[in-house]
Amino acid sequence: MSGLLRICTAGSVDDGKSTLIGRMLHDSQAVYEDQIHSVRTASKNRGAGPIDFSLFTDGLKAEREQGITIDVAYRYFATARRKFILADTPGHEQYTRNMATGASTADLAVLLVDATQGVRPQSRRHARIARLLGIDDFVLAINKMDLVDFSRDVYESIRREFGGILAGARHHAIPLSALQGDNVMTVSPRTPWFAGPSLLEHLETVEVTRHLTSLPFRFPVQLVSRPDHQFRGYAGQIASGIVRVGDRVTAWPSGRSARVKRIVTYDGDLDLAFAPMSVTLTLDDEIDISRGDQLSNAAEPPPHAGSRFQAEVVWMDERGADPSRVYLLKHTTRTVTAEVSRGLALNQIGTVTISATRPLVFDRYDTNRTTGSFILIDPATCFTAGAGMIAGLGEGDRTDPDTPLGTAVRLARLAREAPSEAEATEAVAHALEALLK
Amino acid sequence: MPITVAHSKPTLDPDVRLDHLRALEAESLHILREVAADFERPVMLYSIGKDSSVMLRLAEKAFHPGPIPFPLLHVDTTYKFREMIQFRDETARAVGARLIVHTNQEAIGEGTQPFTVGTQRCCGLLKTKALLDALQAGRFDAALGGARRDEERSRAKERIFSVRDANGQWDPKRQRPELWHLLNARLRPGESIRVFPLSNWTEIDVWQYIHLERIPIVPMYFAKPREVIVRGHSLLLPEQPFVTPMPGDEVQIVMCRMRSLGCSPCTGAIRSDADTVPKIIEELIATRQSERQLRVIDHDQDGSMEIKKREGYF
Repeated sequence: MSGLLRICTAGSVDDGKSTLIGRMLHDSQAVYEDQIHSVRTASKNRGAGPIDFSLFTDGLKAEREQGITIDVAYRYFATARRKFILADTPGHEQYTRNMATGASTADLAVLLVDATQGVRPQSRRHARIARLLGIDDFVLAINKMDLVDFSRDVYESIRREFGGILAGARHHAIPLSALQGDNVMTVSPRTPWFAGPSLLEHLETVEVTRHLTSLPFRFPVQLVSRPDHQFRGYAGQIASGIVRVGDRVTAWPSGRSARVKRIVTYDGDLDLAFAPMSVTLTLDDEIDISRGDQLSNAAEPPPHAGSRFQAEVVWMDERGADPSRVYLLKHTTRTVTAEVSRGLALNQIGTVTISATRPLVFDRYDTNRTTGSFILIDPATCFTAGAGMIAGLGEGDRTDPDTPLGTAVRLARLAREAPSEAEATEAVAHALEALLK
Repeated sequence: MPITVAHSKPTLDPDVRLDHLRALEAESLHILREVAADFERPVMLYSIGKDSSVMLRLAEKAFHPGPIPFPLLHVDTTYKFREMIQFRDETARAVGARLIVHTNQEAIGEGTQPFTVGTQRCCGLLKTKALLDALQAGRFDAALGGARRDEERSRAKERIFSVRDANGQWDPKRQRPELWHLLNARLRPGESIRVFPLSNWTEIDVWQYIHLERIPIVPMYFAKPREVIVRGHSLLLPEQPFVTPMPGDEVQIVMCRMRSLGCSPCTGAIRSDADTVPKIIEELIATRQSERQLRVIDHDQDGSMEIKKREGYF
C-alpha cells in the first residue's frame, strides 16, 4: 500500500463539499485550535451555526465573504496509515478547468452528490472529466442523508444510477452527512443497512492500481549535468518503469543507444531506480542528448514519435482556441510551437489534431499520464490556455519511415524483436546497409 | 536515541512504492531542476529557518554532483536573532553557495521598527519592499521560496510556479492552471515568478525529513532553559537592543524553544522539553496550535497573509 494518496473532490454548488473536507480536516486533527478559533469567530459573523467547516477550506477573502470557492486549494492530512494530498476543486465558476487541474495528479476522485437532489447533469460532467483525466477509482459520497431520513432507497437509487456513469471504473458509494459526521470517520449507527467502510477508512485502505513501475521505462531528460570534463550525466525524474545499471537505453528522438553506466544520487550511486525517483544517469557512450530528449529501455516497447497526433484538449482560457494561431506546447521537458485543428471555447473539451513544428516522443495518455500529457501556452499572455491528453497518432500520420526519426524507430524495433543481442546487431546492420544503398 | 529512523538510501524494492517523504523529495528535485533549466537568473530565498534548510538540501541533491547553480538571497531586517545570522553564514560556507544579503537601509536609517511604526508597516518596508528591491537589483527572474501550502489558508491556493506582475504583486484570481507536473515558465516582460518546491510538504514532513537526512538547523529550535521575558501569554527571548524587559514584564528561566523563526521582536518561544528532532516531531503530533500562531504578523488583520502576499511578501 502506498504511503501517499492523492485525492480530488468534485461536486455541484451546495452539495456540501467544503463542509465535508472541513469536517475531515477537523476530525483528523489537521487543523489546529487557533485556526478553529478564528473559524468560530467568522462563523458567528456569518450566522452559520456553531462551526462552519467550509471556512477551513475557503482560503481567499472574496471566497469567505461571498461563501463560494473560487480556485483549486490543496489540503494535507494524515492518519497513522496514510498521508493524503487533497485537491479541493470548486463546483461552479470555472469548474471544468479547476476539476481538470485537481484530477490531473489525483489517484482517486471523491464525487459528491446531494441526496435530496439526486444525480444532476453536473455530476455526470464531473465524472466524465475525472475519467478523461485518467482516474479509475472513485468514491461516491452521497451527502445530506440526514435530510432524507437516511433512506436506503434514496442511497440505492443514486448508487445504481452512478454505476452506469462510472462503468469500467472502481467505485465505493457511501451514505453520509458531512454536517453531522455520519460515515465520515466511522460507520454511523443511523445507517444500520450500510456495511461500511466509512469514508476515511476507505481512503486509508483503498488500493489504487497505478503501477508506474510496471510500465516501460521512460525518462525525460531535464538537465545535462557537466560539472567538470570527467562527468556528463542526464538529470531527470523517472516518468515510469525501472532502470538498472547495465540496461541498454535508447535516446529519443535520435534513436541512438548506450548502456547505463551509473545511477548517481547525492546519497550515493544506486544499482536500480524506479518511478517517480529523481536521479542522474551516466551512459557508457557519448551520445548527443539534451534537455527535452527522452530515454527508454531498448528491450521494452519504444515510445511513439511524431509531430502530428490526436488529443483530448480541455480549454482553460477566456480567449478560445484558434486554429489560425500558434501556441507553445510543453510536453515533459520539451517546449515546441504547435497549431490546433479546431476552435474550443473556455471550459470546452474536444478532440483536436495537434501539429507541432518538431517531433515529440510520447505515449498515449491512457497508458502513461506523464509522457501522454501536455499543456498549450498562449504566447501573447503566457497563460496556460489548454491541457491535452494524447489519444494517438493522427490519421495517416504514422511515423514516416523516410524521416530520420522513423528510421530510428524502425531500427529500434528490429533490435528489440531479435531473439539475441548478436542477431539484433546483425538485423540492424542489414537494415542500415539497405538504407544506404 | 529511542526513535530510530534508518538513514538509508530510498527503498529499492519496486514492489514497495516510494514512501511519502521520498515521493515528496523526488517531486521537489524535479521542480528545482525545471527552474535551473527554464530561467536565466534564478535565486533561492534563504530565510535560515527549517524550511529553508530543507530546500537547501534538496537543491544540493537536485544538482549533485554539480554545484547549486544559483545564489542564495537573505532579506535581513536586522531584527533577526544573532544565532540565526551566525548559522546563515556557516551554512552558506559549508554548502559553497554564494550568499547575497539585502537590507532596506533607507528604512533602517529612518528608524523603522515594529514598536514605532507597527508590524504591518515594518514588514512592508523591511521584508516586502526589501525583497522586491533585492530581486530587481539582481535582475532575478525566478525566486525560490520555502513556503508550504499547509501553512496558511491563502497559501493553499498558491501555485508551484506563481507569477508576479511588474510590481511583484500576486493576483489570486488570475493564476495559471497547473496540471500534472508541467510547469509553465513563460513570462511576459516585467513579470517574475516565485517558485515553491515545498508546496506539498507539511510541517511534520519537514521535520521528519530533517531527521531522516540529519540536516543541520538553527539550535534555537531545540528546547533548553533560556532566560525569557514573560509578557502576557508571550515568551520573548531578550535580544539587545530590540527586545528588553518593559514595566510589567517578568524575566524568568524557562525550558523553551522556537517553533518558527522570525524577527526577534515579533516571534515568541513556546514552553517545551523537545531537545531532539524526534521529540519535536512527537510534540508536533500532540500539539493543537498551528506554527504561525506565534507570528504576530499573521493576525494583525483578517486575511492578513493574503494581503501581504498580494503586495509581494513571500
